[in-house]
Amino acid sequence: MALLEVNDLHTSFFTDAGEVRAVNGVSFNLERGKVLGIVGESGSGKSVTAYSIMQILAGTGKIVSGSIKFDGQELVSAGEKVMKDIRGNKISIIFQDPMTSLNPTYTIGHQLMEAIMLHTDRDKKQAWDRAVEMLKLVNVNSPEKRMKQYPYEFSGGMRQRVMIAMALACEPDILIADEPTTALDVTIQAGILELMKDIQKEIGMAIIMITHDLGVVAQLCDEVIVMYAGGVCEQGTADEIFYNPCHEYTKGLIRSIPTTSNDGEKLEPISGTPIDLLNMPAGCPFAPRCDAAMKICIREKCERMVINEDHQSACWMNVKKAVETV
Amino acid sequence: MLDECKEGGGNGMSNEMNTNAPLIQVKHLKQYFNISTGFFSSRPLKAVDDISFDIMEGETLGLVGESGCGKTTAGRSLLHLYQPTGGEVWYKGKEIKTKSDINEFRKKATMVFQDPYSSLDPRMTVSDIIGEPLDVHHMYKSREERREKILELMSHVGLNSEHAARYAHEFSGGQRQRVGIARALAVDPDFIVCDEPVSALDVSIQAQVINMFEELQDKMHLTYLFIAHDLLVVRHISDRIAVMYLGRMVELADANEIYDRPLHPYTKALISAVPVPDPKIARANKRIALSGEIPSPLNAPTGCPFHTRCPYAQPICSESMPEFKEVEKGRFVACHLTEQIN
Ligand SMILES: Nc1ncnc2c1ncn2[C@@H]1O[C@H](COP(=O)(O)OP(=O)(O)O)[C@@H](O)[C@H]1O
Ligand SMILES: Nc1ncnc2c1ncn2[C@@H]1O[C@H](COP(=O)(O)OP(=O)(O)O)[C@@H](O)[C@H]1O
Ligand code: SF4
Ligand SMILES: [Mg+2]
Ligand SMILES: [Mg+2]
Repeated sequence: MALLEVNDLHTSFFTDAGEVRAVNGVSFNLERGKVLGIVGESGSGKSVTAYSIMQILAGTGKIVSGSIKFDGQELVSAGEKVMKDIRGNKISIIFQDPMTSLNPTYTIGHQLMEAIMLHTDRDKKQAWDRAVEMLKLVNVNSPEKRMKQYPYEFSGGMRQRVMIAMALACEPDILIADEPTTALDVTIQAGILELMKDIQKEIGMAIIMITHDLGVVAQLCDEVIVMYAGGVCEQGTADEIFYNPCHEYTKGLIRSIPTTSNDGEKLEPISGTPIDLLNMPAGCPFAPRCDAAMKICIREKCERMVINEDHQSACWMNVKKAVETV
Repeated sequence: MLDECKEGGGNGMSNEMNTNAPLIQVKHLKQYFNISTGFFSSRPLKAVDDISFDIMEGETLGLVGESGCGKTTAGRSLLHLYQPTGGEVWYKGKEIKTKSDINEFRKKATMVFQDPYSSLDPRMTVSDIIGEPLDVHHMYKSREERREKILELMSHVGLNSEHAARYAHEFSGGQRQRVGIARALAVDPDFIVCDEPVSALDVSIQAQVINMFEELQDKMHLTYLFIAHDLLVVRHISDRIAVMYLGRMVELADANEIYDRPLHPYTKALISAVPVPDPKIARANKRIALSGEIPSPLNAPTGCPFHTRCPYAQPICSESMPEFKEVEKGRFVACHLTEQIN
């Protein structure tokens, strides 16, 4: 049994313009102590997948069907009481903009201690010590002094470190990081990624790293899910995804980034415009932009197929290849 | 090898690949903003502080550095969208001084922004947006000619005529950027400051727009100052790259050279931090951790602006400002210890 098992998850927003199927049949397993990357372009459903797991969907968002099991326990039907215990204690989340989750009117220390006391039975003194310890863990200098400061006195990178400290204060089994370094400069990003990796090794939690940056995935992740239009097109180990991509969308994505090897050549962009979730095509959602699309791609959605024990993909090209090599 | 630098500005002329003349010469450009620190007192924020470089005709010069280091200000100041605090900008061998110089220059030098939509009136159609600079500079004789020009500009950036009557907010990010570029092209420029033009786009769309910049450059003989924080993008599109830190230029060199063999300690750290989209390389990469935080430009350190975070810093670094000088042919570095550490 994996630590987290997501099975055929469907989440929709019910808007005036119609049902927006933001997550459309997502399945994956997350093993204890592993780092899973979720990549995909903006609007592909990465955040909504994360918010579904935490059950913190905004507005008209609703899990329509599917199952999310944490340590064998079903969460979708579990109710708010169970979820309160899960959030923070078992699964923590950090966001792109730490300011949205920090209260500008309280000191960093106050907010850290509050989070600690909410989730554990430490008293004030113990919570203070724990908070200082956490700030040390995330490499914030002179933590005792920093405890008494307000969020505006911290730089963007430092705030993100505080958020990580807060998220880890109760030693969760899973940390979900939703584009945690997207707003930061590369040198600051490098420090945060290094920090996450070190802590992950030290305390052995699992991480779900949501990002649009294949570079971040390459640096941090053991496993990767590639999302497009609310679905998973490909899943595999990082090496399989980068060195043996088996979905036309993933291939296109890798071809379109500038690297040292395609230097001096023209980039190969993916043609067309991003998907409109209100007008989903009948077949493969990527078919309208896919240069390799065949008749069947437009007609029928491809189910996930096993490429090898470390790799699955939902692309008709794999079937074509298999037939041709027989 | 050291100290071949000519006096005054005019750096970067000796790049052998560019036999062309410099189109733009920037000499000791300064852009200070007055920040009030009380009722009667103010202090200068030195957003751009004494930078010098050339841009050759037909070249793309990349400009990188962390947010707040002065890239946008440098671009605007160069274009005289701000009145520079000090220094000179030369265009085609002539200094831009008078009001009429500036007006002439504006027809030949323009800017593309990160998100053209946020800087545009949502009530304007695509045709109005692209037509505005044509109106401002009286670039047509009849309504018919205006319309034709707009449609031609749209076709250059891959938009078709049916888009003309639509509003910018109806478009995706990539298409909006095309509108912004068409607008910049309207005055028939030969120089464009591209300020993070692909930073807000998804990678697949980003590649479309980068290719378009390259095609337009060939077709229309454009010269670019290309500002971006994504070093892989900048390396791909640029002939040479300039690196800024706290309002100063710290290194300038050929794009591949600077990426493969950075000489300045800050450039070394910056390039080591780039997340490379290749797991084997990424796992093997040793990143150079920088201590501390970027100081505020209101309190820039004495001496080398980078000394508070530099892993190599020596006493001299906090005492005197290193000169931005040519250390190898076409390679400029501002560091006291270039020879010792490389
Ligand atoms: N509150 C909401 N109301 C309506 N639609 C939403 C809402 N939040 C997200 N969506 C839609 O769900 C889709 C997936 O969004 P998201 O998961 O945020 O994408 P990603 O994180 O991959 O960029 C988007 O198309 C978005 O428009
Ligand atoms: N109009 C302005 N007034 C005051 N300060 C400014 C102004 N524009 C930029 N600055 C300051 O100048 C510095 C450089 O900014 P900018 O050129 O925007 O940097 P970059 O584009 O590299 O992120 C920053 O500290 C910024 O806050
Ligand atoms: S001058 Fe000194 S502090 Fe500045 S970059 Fe060189 S070694 Fe570092
Ligand atoms: Mg998101
Ligand atoms: Mg800027």
